[in-house]
Amino acid sequence: MFFRASNLNTYYGLIHALQNISLNVERGEIVSLLGRNGMGKSTTLKSIMGLAPPQSGVIEFQGQSIFQAPCHKVARAGVGLVPQERRIFPHLTVEENLLMGVKAGCAPPKDLEPWSLKRVYKHFNSLERRSRNKGFQLSGGEQQMLAMGRALMGNPLLLLVDEPSEGLAPLLVREVRDVLLQVNQAGVSILLVEHNLKVAMSLAHRCYLLGKGFVAFEGSMAQLQARPDIMAKYLEVS
Amino acid sequence: MSPELQMYLAQGIHGLAYGMLLFLVASGLTLIFGMMGILNIAHASFFMLSAYLCVTVLNATGSYWLSLFLAPLGVALLGVLVERFMLRRAQASGLGHIAELLLTLGIALVMAEAIKLTWGTEGLQVMAPRSLAGLVNIGGLEYPIYRLFIIGLSLVVLAVLSLVLYRTRLGTIVRAAVSDPDMVSVLGVNTRRVFMLVFGLGTWMAGVAGVAAAPILTVFPGLADQMGMDAFVVVVVGGFGSLFGALVAALFLGELNAYGIQFIPKLSPVLMFAFMALVLAFKPTGLFGDRE
Repeated sequence: MFFRASNLNTYYGLIHALQNISLNVERGEIVSLLGRNGMGKSTTLKSIMGLAPPQSGVIEFQGQSIFQAPCHKVARAGVGLVPQERRIFPHLTVEENLLMGVKAGCAPPKDLEPWSLKRVYKHFNSLERRSRNKGFQLSGGEQQMLAMGRALMGNPLLLLVDEPSEGLAPLLVREVRDVLLQVNQAGVSILLVEHNLKVAMSLAHRCYLLGKGFVAFEGSMAQLQARPDIMAKYLEVS
Repeated sequence: MSPELQMYLAQGIHGLAYGMLLFLVASGLTLIFGMMGILNIAHASFFMLSAYLCVTVLNATGSYWLSLFLAPLGVALLGVLVERFMLRRAQASGLGHIAELLLTLGIALVMAEAIKLTWGTEGLQVMAPRSLAGLVNIGGLEYPIYRLFIIGLSLVVLAVLSLVLYRTRLGTIVRAAVSDPDMVSVLGVNTRRVFMLVFGLGTWMAGVAGVAAAPILTVFPGLADQMGMDAFVVVVVGGFGSLFGALVAALFLGELNAYGIQFIPKLSPVLMFAFMALVLAFKPTGLFGDRE
């Protein structure tokens, strides 16, 4: 198994945010996490990453346990995160932001072409022009591209992507979608939280649908579409 | 130069020297706050301890230069140990910032008492080294070389600090972590180790300031309170986490202090706080900060 999380329980104080969540990702897959706001999608990603450590459960990545491992160890095992708020370093230049993604002393996986500044700039044209600008000077779309480029610089095998299309104009949403597809075709598995169902449908192979902290449905995108009752119950109608 | 102009110039250089000392102390305070979210109440205690260590090394060896080397190093070592074995546990306790605040307050109190027990409560005098003891003539003004040395020394520390922060990978990590330490660890950096280094660096700079200040101030147990309050004002005015803000605020407040003593001595102790209130009224994040 490439990536497996089972029976994750995460608490925020007294709130039981994740209740026995189990999910897995195979090598090369794009898996999407769907559900309304506040159902625990972002918390799931944060729990995997070690930002919101789960109290109990199992997390295995390439046969190695990363349960309750500190964040930097999860990252160095080969997991990358593109966080929801992008979290660009505002006072660093675009180039410095990208270089922050490099994991010093960590060899890139053998079977993947390693990422470099040049390769990131090839995929994200707008960033090269802005390489000397500070993070806070970028538009929302550019920040999203930078957050993705920064994560890729660490040569992740599994990329956790949180709401990449949020707040972006339709043209940029398409660009984000295309980049994710290219990244996936280059061999990176993706676990995607996305509220834009059209984007999720067009990218993901499988999905997990979250109710309030639990997995309400799992299956292929086609299987989900065949269940309008479940979609009506657990997704925003839009 | 007219005597009046000479007086202005002398106060100006006085203010610059004090401002640079303030910066050395405040820069560590603001870096530590930015990265770790800790308002280190004990920060100025490291400054004071270094001044006392300077006295001891000076008495033992007679060499000011050796004490300038050893005292800040000793203080930085203590700082690293405090971070590694105390602050880290306070942060892991899950009690939030109140635990760190109480811990650093406790450290400040213990250090003050330990200093009284070891060195006594009397004020101690430190002599500037003979090579820096004289006066220099600046356009007719006879000015003590030692204060110029303080300015030069601080500039060297500032230059080294800027080189590390803006020209090395470690510096990039520190600047990134000042705004978002969690994101830095998401990118695979062991931020705890960086925190320890920055804590050591911050206390080292406070230590350098302590040795530099010893010959112009009386070394007494209240030194930390005086410097701590001023450095805190600098950090607030400059903006929490902003090094550039700390530099500007330190230089400005240094001058405000120097000219304040000259012209309105009765009001000078409150001038800094009045200015801080004024800045906060118009810009709650401080001059160059983005946090309230």
